[in-house]
Amino acid sequence: MAAPPRKGENWELRQQLNSEYRDKRADAIKRVIANHTIGKDCSGLFPDVVKNMQTDDLEQKKLVYLYLMNYAKTQPELVILAVNTFVKDAADPNPLIRALAIRTMSVLRADKILNYLASPLSRCLKDENPYVRKTAALCVAKVFDLKPDMCIEYGFVETLRDLIGDGNPMVVANAVTALADIHEASLNMAPPESSPEGSSPNSARLNNQLFIIDHATLAKLLVALNECSEWGRIAILSTLARYRTTDVEEAEHICERVMPQFQHANAAVVLGAVKVIMIHIKNVQREDLLKSLTRKMAPPLVTLISQAPEVQWVALRNINLLLQKRPEILANEMRVFFCKYNDPPYVKVEKLDIMVRLATERNVDILLGELKEYASEVDVDFVRKSVRAIGQAAIKIESAAERCVSVLMDLIETRVSYVVQEAVIVIKDVFRKYPHSYEGIIPTLCANLDELDEPEARVSLIWIIGEYAEKIENADELLGTFLDTFKEESYAVQLQTLTAIVKLFLKKPDQSQGIVQRVLQAATKDCDNADVRDRAYIYWRLLSSDPAAAKSVVLAVRPPINLPQRTVPPAILEELISEISSLASVYHKPAATFIGKGRLGAEEMKRTVEPEEDTARERALQTVVAGQQAENLLDFDADEPESGASDGLAGLGSLSTGSSVISSQAIASAAKSTNPLDELMDLFSTASMATPAAPLAPGAGLEGLANSVSPPTTLSPSPATPTAAPAATAGGAQDDLLGLF
Amino acid sequence: MATAIHIDHLCLSSRHPSTRMISAFFIYNTKGEVLISRLFRSDLKRSIADVFRIQVISNADIRSPIITLGSTSFFHVKINNVFVTAVTKCNANAALVFEFLYRFITISRSYFGKLDEESVKSNFVLIYELLDEIIDFGYPQNSEIDTLKMYITTEGIKSEMAVREDSSKITIQATGATSWRRADVKYRKNEAFVDVIETVNMLMSKEGAVLRADVDGQILMRAYLSGMPECKFGLNDKLVLDKRGDQAKTDGAVELDDCQFHQCVRLGKFDSDRSISFIPPDGEFELMRYRSTSNINLPFRLQTHVNEPTKNRVEYTIHLKAAFDSKLNANNVVIRIPTPLNTVKVDAKVGMGKAKYVPGENHIVWKISRIQGMQECTLTAEANLAMTTTKQAWSRPPIELDFSVVMFTASGLLVRYLKVFEKSGYNSVKWVRFLTKANGTYQIRF
Repeated sequence: MAAPPRKGENWELRQQLNSEYRDKRADAIKRVIANHTIGKDCSGLFPDVVKNMQTDDLEQKKLVYLYLMNYAKTQPELVILAVNTFVKDAADPNPLIRALAIRTMSVLRADKILNYLASPLSRCLKDENPYVRKTAALCVAKVFDLKPDMCIEYGFVETLRDLIGDGNPMVVANAVTALADIHEASLNMAPPESSPEGSSPNSARLNNQLFIIDHATLAKLLVALNECSEWGRIAILSTLARYRTTDVEEAEHICERVMPQFQHANAAVVLGAVKVIMIHIKNVQREDLLKSLTRKMAPPLVTLISQAPEVQWVALRNINLLLQKRPEILANEMRVFFCKYNDPPYVKVEKLDIMVRLATERNVDILLGELKEYASEVDVDFVRKSVRAIGQAAIKIESAAERCVSVLMDLIETRVSYVVQEAVIVIKDVFRKYPHSYEGIIPTLCANLDELDEPEARVSLIWIIGEYAEKIENADELLGTFLDTFKEESYAVQLQTLTAIVKLFLKKPDQSQGIVQRVLQAATKDCDNADVRDRAYIYWRLLSSDPAAAKSVVLAVRPPINLPQRTVPPAILEELISEISSLASVYHKPAATFIGKGRLGAEEMKRTVEPEEDTARERALQTVVAGQQAENLLDFDADEPESGASDGLAGLGSLSTGSSVISSQAIASAAKSTNPLDELMDLFSTASMATPAAPLAPGAGLEGLANSVSPPTTLSPSPATPTAAPAATAGGAQDDLLGLF
Repeated sequence: MATAIHIDHLCLSSRHPSTRMISAFFIYNTKGEVLISRLFRSDLKRSIADVFRIQVISNADIRSPIITLGSTSFFHVKINNVFVTAVTKCNANAALVFEFLYRFITISRSYFGKLDEESVKSNFVLIYELLDEIIDFGYPQNSEIDTLKMYITTEGIKSEMAVREDSSKITIQATGATSWRRADVKYRKNEAFVDVIETVNMLMSKEGAVLRADVDGQILMRAYLSGMPECKFGLNDKLVLDKRGDQAKTDGAVELDDCQFHQCVRLGKFDSDRSISFIPPDGEFELMRYRSTSNINLPFRLQTHVNEPTKNRVEYTIHLKAAFDSKLNANNVVIRIPTPLNTVKVDAKVGMGKAKYVPGENHIVWKISRIQGMQECTLTAEANLAMTTTKQAWSRPPIELDFSVVMFTASGLLVRYLKVFEKSGYNSVKWVRFLTKANGTYQIRF
C-alpha cells in the first residue's frame, strides 16, 4: 500500500490539523470545511479532524461535528473514535454542548454510534433544561429514521408523547413535530395496501398507535399554540389540521382559539391558521362564529399579497384554491390583485387568474381597463393571458360581453401579431357562448386573416367562418385560401378546414359543390393523418348517403360553453384545502403526483382520489355518448359529478330541442334517429379545435386524441401551471409536466 | 364526546408525507457554484446540488420560484448575486420554506450586513454555525436574532467564555415563553423609539383616475427598557373587519384593513378587545405591520402630457405637485420617466432638481433632493428616436415616483400612546417618528 503523498493540499492540511498551535488547527478545520463545500473529497482527513474534537472552543467543536456529519457515513469504522467525546459531551454541564452532542450524534447515520446514543438520549429527553429537551425531541425522529425498532425498544416515542404535556412551548412544538415526522415515516415504511410484499410485523405494530391526538392532547396543543415561536405554531397548526372531530363544540373551540393567529406576521402561520379553520369550519354551527370566521379570513389573505414575491406567489396559488371552495371570501377585494408593472411574471399570471375569478357585473369595467392595459405590456406570455382573461370575463358575465368584445376589437386594431391572434382565439370562444350576438365583427376578423400564422388562431378563424358561412359572402373564397395550402397546414387546421367547408356546403350547397369535393379529395388522398382521413370519409359517406342527416349532424346546435367554477375536481379540492400552503396546494395537484417512490400514473390517481365515483372507463364512455359534456369539456366534474350517468339521455333531449330551433321538423326527427353518431361527430369537430383541457380527464382516450391534433388550449383560468394536473394525459407525461413547470 | 381518533385511518391524504421538512440547504453564486451546502436528511445525495445548477441557474427563463424535478422540489430566492435554496423531497409547507429562506436572509444581514457572494464566502463558518442553530433535521428552530446573537458571535473564541457562564440562561431564553427577551436587561435611561413607516402603493390611470391606493405600514420599535416592561400601545385606528358595517365616522380614526404583529404581542388579547400589549424584545424589532386602503392622502400629484408628434420624437411635459402640508418636506424624490427603447438623445429642462437620461434603464431620471409641501414644478423633455422597422407601438411602462416624506402618514395613522409598566416603576422617554415613502410602488400610467 502506497503511503499518502507527502505533498498536495490534503497533506498540508493534515500537518496543520496535527499542529501544536491551536490557531493553526482551527484554521485547518475551516479550510477542510471550505474544501468540502466546494465538493472536494476530504474523507481522507477523518482521523486527523476527529483528533480536534476534544476542545474547549465551541466554534471549533461545531466545525468538527459538521465534518463528522458529512463523513461519518463514508468512514463507519473510524466513527467509533468519536464516540467517547460525544458521550462525554452529552453529559457536559453546559446545556448548549449537551444539545449539540446529541443533535450531531443522532444524524451520523452509523450503526455503531446509534448503539451508544440510547442512554444519552433517554437522559436528554428528561433533561432539566428545555433547550436540551427540545433538541432531544427532534433526535428521536432522527433515530426513528435510521432504526425505528430502537425508538420502540427504549420507549422514546412514549417519552415524546409525554413531552406534549411539557411546560415549555418549544419542547411541545418539537415533540409534536417529531411525532408527526415519525408518524409519516412509519406510514411510508409500511407498504401501501396494493404492494405485494407483506409488511413486517414490526412496522405493522409501529403503524398503529404512533401519534394519537385525543381530547387531552388537543387541549395542551391549543394552550401551547399561543405561547410558542412562529415555527412551533406552524407545527401545532399542522397537527390541528390533521385532527378530525365531528363534535360541534370542539370544532368551534378550535376555530376560536386558532383565529387570533390570523394576525401573525409569519405568512406560514397565517396560512396554517386558514388551513385549520377551513377544515374545522365544516362543523361549526354558530352563525355569528361562522360569519366572523369568514370575515376575518379575508384581510390577512390580502395582506399576504404585499409580502416577498415568492411568498406572494404561494399565497396567490392558495387563494385561488380557497376561492374555488368559497368564492365569497374576497368578493370585494379585486383591486388588490391588480398587477404591478414590476411584479415577477409568475405573480402576474396568478393575479390575472384571481381577478377573473372575482369579476362581477359591478367591477368588470375596472377589470377590463386593467386587462387592456396589460395587453400592451412587453411580456408576450402575460399579454396573451391578459387577452384570454378578457374572453373569460365575457363568458363569465353576460352583461359585460359586449364591452369585452369591443375591447378585443380595439386590441385587434393594434395589429400586434400575437395580440391579434390571441384575440381571435378568444373571440371564437365568445361566439361559442353567445352564438348570434356579435356577427357584426366577423368582417374585421376576416380582414386579419393574413396576420394569423399560429395554428390555434387559424383554427379559430376557420371555425368562425364555417359556423357563420351563410352570413359571410366570400366564405368559399376565404376557406379556399386555406385549402390551397392544405398540405402544409398542421393537422388541427386541416381538420377544421375540412369541417368548415362541409358546414359551408351544407349551408350553401349551390356555390360550394366544387370546394367540398376538393377538400374531401385532399383530406382522403393527400393527407396521412388518420384523424383527418377518417373524418373526411365520415363526412363523405354522410353527405353522399343522407344530406338531411348530414345537416343535422354537422350543423346541430351545441350548448354554450361555460367558465368553470373550479379547475380542480371537488374530491381533490377537498384534499388540497386540507393541505393549504403545502406544495400540493401550490401546484393544485395531489402530493402523490409529484412525490414518493412510485409516483402514481394517471389511472391510479383517478382511483385514489375518487374511489366513490365511477371508474375511469365508465366515465370515458359516458363522455363519448354525452356530447353535451364533450362540448362542456371545460366544466367536467364541475358541479355534479354524479349527473354524468344521466347525461347520455339529457344530451339527447337537449339536442332535439336544439335542432328544432335550427330549422325544420324533418331535420329534428332525423337528428333524433341519428343521435349517437351526431353526438360523436360533434364531439370531434369541437374537441379538435378547442379546449380539450378537462383537468381530470375521465375521457382520457378522447382527450388524448384531441391533444394529438391540436395544442391544448386551456380556457380554464389557471394558465401557468399544468392544469391538466391530476390525471394529466398519459401517465408517462408526469415528469414532463413537472419539468415544464 | 371525547373524540380520540387515530390519525392514520382518518387522513386519506396523509398516505403521502405532508410535513414540512427541508432536506437540504444550498447557497449558489450566479455561476452555479455551491457556496454553502448543508444536508439535513438522508433522502438526498449531495449531487442534487448539480441538478439545480443545470435546471435553474443556467436556465434563463424561470417562471416559478419552485421547481419540481422528479420528486425533488427546489425553492429558491435570488438575492444580490446569490441563490438561497432549499430542497425537499416531500409535500413541504411552501409558505414555511420561503419564510425560512427570507428569515435566513434577514439573519445574515444582521450578522454581516449584506448577503452576497463575497460575504457568504468570508463568513461561511458563521453561516454553518447559524444554520446548525436555526434549523434542525429540516425543521426551523429558534430564529430570533437577539437570542442568536447571545451565543453565536462573530468574534468566536472571545465570547466563548462568556457563553459558558450564561449558557443555561441563554438556553432558557431560547426556548422560553418570552424567547425574545432576556430578563436582566438594564439601562440607565429608559427610552423607546417608535417609527411608523408607510409605503404607499398607488396606481393611477392615464386619465388620472386612482386605480389603487393603499398603504403598507410598518411600526418599528427600538426599545431600550430595563427589566420586563409591559407595554401598551394605542393608535387612532378603527380596525374595520366589516366594511359594510357601521359607517359612523369616529373623528380622525384611521381604518386599518388588517394588521399583523410581532410574536411578542398577545394575539388573544388583541382578538378580544383590540388592545396591543406586549413585552418587547430588547433593541430594534418590527412591532406591527398593517394595511389601510381607505382615505389615503396621496403626497404627490403628477400631471403628464406625453405626445408622439412624429415617429421619431416624443415630447414630455410632467407636472409634479407636492400635495402635503407646506410645513413638511419630502426628501430624495426620484421620478423615473420611461423612454422608448430606440431613444437616441433626450433634452430635458426642469424647474427644480436635476434630470438626466439614463440609456441603460431607458428612463429619464429626475431627482429632487428636497421639496417642500404644496410646491410645484415641471419637467419638459423631448426624446429623439432612432428609426426602426418594427411596427409595434411603444408599450409605455408607468412612470415611477420614489420619495420619502417625514412626519407624514398617508393613512393618517397616529400613535396615541405608548405606556410602559415595569415593576420597578421607572419613568421612560418615548419618541415617535413618522415617514411615508414609496419605492417603485407609486406608479402613474401615461
